[in-house]
Amino acid sequence: MEQVQPVQIAAPVRGWGQTMRRDRWWLQPFAVFLGLATAITYMTWAAFQGEFYHFGPYLSPLYSPELLGGSPHSLFGPQPGWWPGFLPFSPAFLILWAPAGFRVTCYYYRGAYYKAMWADPSSCAVGEPRSTFLGENSFPLIIQNIHRYFMYLALLFLVFLTYDVWNALWFEDAATGVVSFGIGVGTLVLAMNVVLLGSYSLGCHSLRHLVGGRHDRIAGLPLQRSCYDCVSGFNRRHMLYAWMSLAWVTFSDVYVRLCAMGIWTDFRLL
Amino acid sequence: MSSATFRIWRGNAEGGAFEDYTTEVSEGMVVLDAVHQIQAEKANDLAVRWNCKAGKCGSCSAEVNGNPKLMCMTRLNSLPLDEPVTIEPMQTFPLIRDLVTDVSWNHEVKQRIKKFRPRDPDAPDGSWRVDQYDVERVQEFRKCIECFLCQDVCHVLRDHRLHDKFIGPRYLVYTAALEMHALDTDDRLDDLANEHGVGYCNITKCCTKVCPEEITITDNAIIPLKERVVDRMYDPLTKMLRMFR
Repeated sequence: MEQVQPVQIAAPVRGWGQTMRRDRWWLQPFAVFLGLATAITYMTWAAFQGEFYHFGPYLSPLYSPELLGGSPHSLFGPQPGWWPGFLPFSPAFLILWAPAGFRVTCYYYRGAYYKAMWADPSSCAVGEPRSTFLGENSFPLIIQNIHRYFMYLALLFLVFLTYDVWNALWFEDAATGVVSFGIGVGTLVLAMNVVLLGSYSLGCHSLRHLVGGRHDRIAGLPLQRSCYDCVSGFNRRHMLYAWMSLAWVTFSDVYVRLCAMGIWTDFRLL
Repeated sequence: MSSATFRIWRGNAEGGAFEDYTTEVSEGMVVLDAVHQIQAEKANDLAVRWNCKAGKCGSCSAEVNGNPKLMCMTRLNSLPLDEPVTIEPMQTFPLIRDLVTDVSWNHEVKQRIKKFRPRDPDAPDGSWRVDQYDVERVQEFRKCIECFLCQDVCHVLRDHRLHDKFIGPRYLVYTAALEMHALDTDDRLDDLANEHGVGYCNITKCCTKVCPEEITITDNAIIPLKERVVDRMYDPLTKMLRMFR
């Protein structure tokens, strides 16, 4: 392969924040920084609480699926005895890494936090703080290529979260113990969470590739073509769904938490 | 008629400076019109590359108020004219003079990419049959007018100057048009991962934002190529499945 000669550019590289742009280029990365920082801070705090994460038939999505824990939603029983006493325990610790990994390695979020949190670059045509750049071509960011494996897990989580919505349709009468069908505001909150997380996850670039994008000739593969069209539809609004689902999953935890703490009342609609 | 001031870069590879020119502007004018007017009235030696004045030749790429743009497609009424409008050459390529840069590196890069190699013809008359769906998928990439604004704004080239390691968004789009073509049989994935440096792209989407043809460069070309490279190099499951095929 013939090598291209290095390009000699006389003009110096602009320094960090230097640009001829006149618009408020810093506004978008700043908003992304605030949004991500708020979500990460809240979710870390919520994960460490280990309580007030369930209320009646509702289970906070930050704790779902509850593999081991003290609530009736736990799939495999309470906190294990072998868990080291000096380590804090929360059911969220066992599962939250998977959706977090999905978002951290997501193609949309990558571009967003490289700009907002690493200034690489801060914004388009704006100077950077560092002269060296490895990109995703070598360690550590080459690890981002693991994204499709987190996508598999994210799709599995959607199944659990849908099951949680089903559970949120069945309310137990505290006095009689009779379980009956119903819909509360919390049911709608958890259902909307699945809709938004589904819209985000099903628009994943890796999924788009795997269901059909990897083929040069999709037309002759009707199933792949339909899937590819469907995922492409979600993919066109991937950024929108990324933010809406992030905000709503945070709100869902807030809703369940405040209901569990007795601060908010969950109104029954049906 | 009103007037506006344009702060235009004047100089060559040895050095230069911005110079202010005030000229009359009227409704419907674009930046290139103003530059031509200045060239005619005040700076006959001002170097500017242009051709079609219709956003189709990709010649008049420059940076207007810091944003990579085609001068012929940037209307003056989209700019704040109460302060000088800065016009400077693209920063990612060697400056020849004033607003003209040497973009020949791009053409050298294109030569390094494996050419289209179609499969054997489908019909005895030497023609092929391709479904319209598959045609349309790569058709978007063929809208490129090679204005090189995407190359200009890409920070891998602009700020890190990795011209010898990364082919840039324009040529990732070009590669995608070939690699995803329904008839093509060649394989460019090893080149993409190694010599062409697709891994250097960190998905800032600046290329997509500046594209005057509104090609969805990142989502439809670069990321699908990255995913194909993942198939080939980083996904053990796909590798294993390939062994059983």
